[in-house]
Amino acid sequence: MNEEQQPSESELQAYADGRIAAEQRAAIESWLAAHPDDAERIETYRRLGEDLRARYNPVLEEAVPGRLRRVIGPMRRWHPVAKAAGWATLGGALGVLAGWQLHELRPAAPVASDSGALMARRAAVAHATYSPEVRHPVEVGAEQEQHLVAWLSKRLGAKVQAPKLDEAGMSLVGGRLLPGETGPVAQFMYQTTSGRRATLYVRAEAHGHRETAFRYARENNVSVFYWIDRESGYALASADLSREELLRIATLVYKQLEP
Amino acid sequence: MNEAERLVELIPRLRRYARALVGDRASADDLVQDTLERAWAKLHLYRRGTDLRAWLFTVMHNVHVNRVRAARPTDPLEDEMPELAQRAAQGDALLVRDLDRAIARLPAEQRAVLLLVTLEEMSYEDVARTLGIPIGTVMSRLSRAREKLRSMMLGQSAAAKLKVVK
Repeated sequence: MNEEQQPSESELQAYADGRIAAEQRAAIESWLAAHPDDAERIETYRRLGEDLRARYNPVLEEAVPGRLRRVIGPMRRWHPVAKAAGWATLGGALGVLAGWQLHELRPAAPVASDSGALMARRAAVAHATYSPEVRHPVEVGAEQEQHLVAWLSKRLGAKVQAPKLDEAGMSLVGGRLLPGETGPVAQFMYQTTSGRRATLYVRAEAHGHRETAFRYARENNVSVFYWIDRESGYALASADLSREELLRIATLVYKQLEP
Repeated sequence: MNEAERLVELIPRLRRYARALVGDRASADDLVQDTLERAWAKLHLYRRGTDLRAWLFTVMHNVHVNRVRAARPTDPLEDEMPELAQRAAQGDALLVRDLDRAIARLPAEQRAVLLLVTLEEMSYEDVARTLGIPIGTVMSRLSRAREKLRSMMLGQSAAAKLKVVK
């Protein structure tokens, strides 16, 4: 492009937004070099963008008020369970299955960290590590449940409970403290009378304002249902139980831990 | 992830946009709440596979326009206001204390375009789709919004310099 050719105003705006293709950019820059007033003007536009982002991006980090969170899904307290349970029957009402596949394909939105999936993976690894243990499956046994719960709550900095899963034929074996991504996490182990095991991985959520639906993940042969409920993230893992059995237990856990 | 979860994840971005659009926190969150209620009620109108964010911002735009219209029924289209009005306003550049004030003084139509482009970093095409206007209008509003902000800022710094000199 010859230097005399003036870029259009739209091109200059796009230049200020950094949205000009590399081959055009050089031409615009050389034109701007010869027109310092416009160069100054476009530079001001670019800086205005930076100022705006600096001014308003902190809103993204603010805790979302409950009144806004509650709008989506009037029955949000049981919604995650209902949706998960409805996978087989309701199918596409909210497009959960399709949504799940999309979720797998689509890069995570910049705002939403997918720390849930990471938690599920860690829970699966922890399950695979400790559930085969015969002699030392846990650090503190169920006979000292009060001590266990108090200790884990103290280390996580959040109130932790060991849900009662007798209804699902599972009893507490005990629990242990594990290193997590951002701090200590807790693992409770349960088993049936025939020795089939499930572990519940609990971590404290830094931003205490998120709630997610139940999600399912499978890591090697370990199935995991995981969800985040404000202050805590949970991942229920088992290599011994079917997905349906595990979902039933996840539902029980969810109901018991509902604040 | 289903639409409900994706809506929830977009709340912080709605709040950011609303804050810049209407200024104070409580009114901004009121706008977000109305938007979410409407989006949740009208979710069946969203076509799966299209851009949920653009759809949601369209909902917010419509809710906002309706609220503004309801509040000021006789307000003319600000975008069509003559340049003169803006020039006259420059006289009180001293009052433009910060970016918030400057943004608030932009005509609503220009403000929406500027914020979607700079804060949401939406493509010009998506902005056109979101606001239901031609892309040429997006570009001209963007240009005018920036020029107005620039002149307000210039007025501000000129005023600041005067203060220093004196």
